Amino acid sequence: MDYNPIFVSKVKRLITVFTLLIAFFSFNTRAFAQVDSLAAADSTAVHGEHAAEAGHGAHKGEEKFEPTKVIMEHIADSHMWHLWGHTSLPLPVILYTPQGLEFFSSGNFHHGEHDFTGKYNTYRLVHDKVKVVNGGQVDETASGAIIDFSITKNVAAMFVAVVIMLLIFISVAGAYRKRVGKSPKGLQSLIEPIIIFVRDDIARPNIGHKYAKFMPYLLTVFFFIWINNLLGLIPIFPGGANVTGNIALTFVLSLITLLVVNLNGNKYYWKHILLPDVPWWLYPIMIPVELIGIISKPFALMIRLFANITAGHIIVLSLISLIFIFESLAIAPVSVAFVLFMDVLELLVAFLQAFIFTLLTALFIGMAVEEHH
Amino acid sequence: MELVTPSIGLVFWTVVAFVCLLILLRKFAWKPIMSAIHDREQSIDEALNKAELAKQEMARLTAQNEDLMKEARAERDRILKEAKELKDGIVGEARKQAQTEGAKLIEKARIEIENQKKAALAEVKGQVSALSLEIAERVLRSQLEDKSKQEALVANLLKDVELN
Repeated sequence: MDYNPIFVSKVKRLITVFTLLIAFFSFNTRAFAQVDSLAAADSTAVHGEHAAEAGHGAHKGEEKFEPTKVIMEHIADSHMWHLWGHTSLPLPVILYTPQGLEFFSSGNFHHGEHDFTGKYNTYRLVHDKVKVVNGGQVDETASGAIIDFSITKNVAAMFVAVVIMLLIFISVAGAYRKRVGKSPKGLQSLIEPIIIFVRDDIARPNIGHKYAKFMPYLLTVFFFIWINNLLGLIPIFPGGANVTGNIALTFVLSLITLLVVNLNGNKYYWKHILLPDVPWWLYPIMIPVELIGIISKPFALMIRLFANITAGHIIVLSLISLIFIFESLAIAPVSVAFVLFMDVLELLVAFLQAFIFTLLTALFIGMAVEEHH
Repeated sequence: MELVTPSIGLVFWTVVAFVCLLILLRKFAWKPIMSAIHDREQSIDEALNKAELAKQEMARLTAQNEDLMKEARAERDRILKEAKELKDGIVGEARKQAQTEGAKLIEKARIEIENQKKAALAEVKGQVSALSLEIAERVLRSQLEDKSKQEALVANLLKDVELN
């Protein structure tokens, strides 16, 4: 818990920095219209105008650079995995429609330029969202009825991370099986100190003697966040996806933490929430506060991870965007120097966020399984 | 707002991926790794404890050896001292005995000498008395050859007797 104020202030600082940067670029590129269009992304009228504008730009042979759009496109999810230039890796689209499942490749949209007629409906890619098209117009009610279970860029990147983790840790486990009682070697000696660190510096001090039961979850969440953070820092395929900076992923992780904490809560934990040691007439205030506390702790985890990683990506992309905003090569060294600095900082943040998420999870578990007060 | 709205598809796939990862890693990675680390730590602890015990045992044995050495040295010193005392005693005894023996011999010799001397003196006395008797006989014979002298002598002797 001692670390908390530091990280809270850090998150605030990062959010301030990236808000200022966004504001700065908005002014410089006269991008008010784009910010508005992002705010009202669902408005088809604005979108039409925007598309027309983009089309107009393309006709002139030189697209106007819009850093907010570029950055937001990167931060958000996508149905294609951009590789280089105009080459993208098409990803499978899976749609749950009231009529049944639709399954096709996102390559059929040709970067959103073409509509695609599937088994049940015709679909169009609008702002990288799959929408149902009826008679040439986007049908919002029909679009609301379909649920998108596509393997998007973030899902694919997450699968890559999962495969990498399985390869690393199963091979390390094999090394332990082969070299029983011997000193670690190779990859094993790289991983072992980290596992020991999670056990001795995160799990044991916070959970106590019941730590062993929670080690698999803590280790998995630690390495999952860390490896995804690191893959997110790699600018080229198969990295570059903003996986841990996506609220859906942090939501799932914090939800699992919420479940683990509360399903393992003992009677002291529940007594502390439902029958706190205060005069009975304070119960109408205390119990709701404690119940909010159950939700707010994982909620803070969700926001912290999301905000840190997203802020990092935004800062790096903003600095790169400077080159294109000034349309000058002279700014490139400055930009690259700053990006290098930020990338090194992000390496630290990648570890730190994995650490803090795991540490706080262990702390909450420790509070839930503590034997006496 | 879109940035902070979790999309259902991604939530679904994250749950699937993460739960699968958790189950697979727990079964195939974390359990063997954690138990291997635990076992190894225990064996290291055990080995260290054993080494500590061995060290203590060594220290104990060394101390014991030291004690034994000390004891042995003391024993040796004691034995040497005893031997010296014994030797001194024996030598003293022998000397005393020799002295008494010598004294006895000297005494015997002295007595013998005394005896011899007495015997010699006695013999000398006998010879002297025999010799003086012979001289006296010869003197008397020569003096009492004529009658007058014999009578003068008798008269003389008688005179002495009267006096008594």
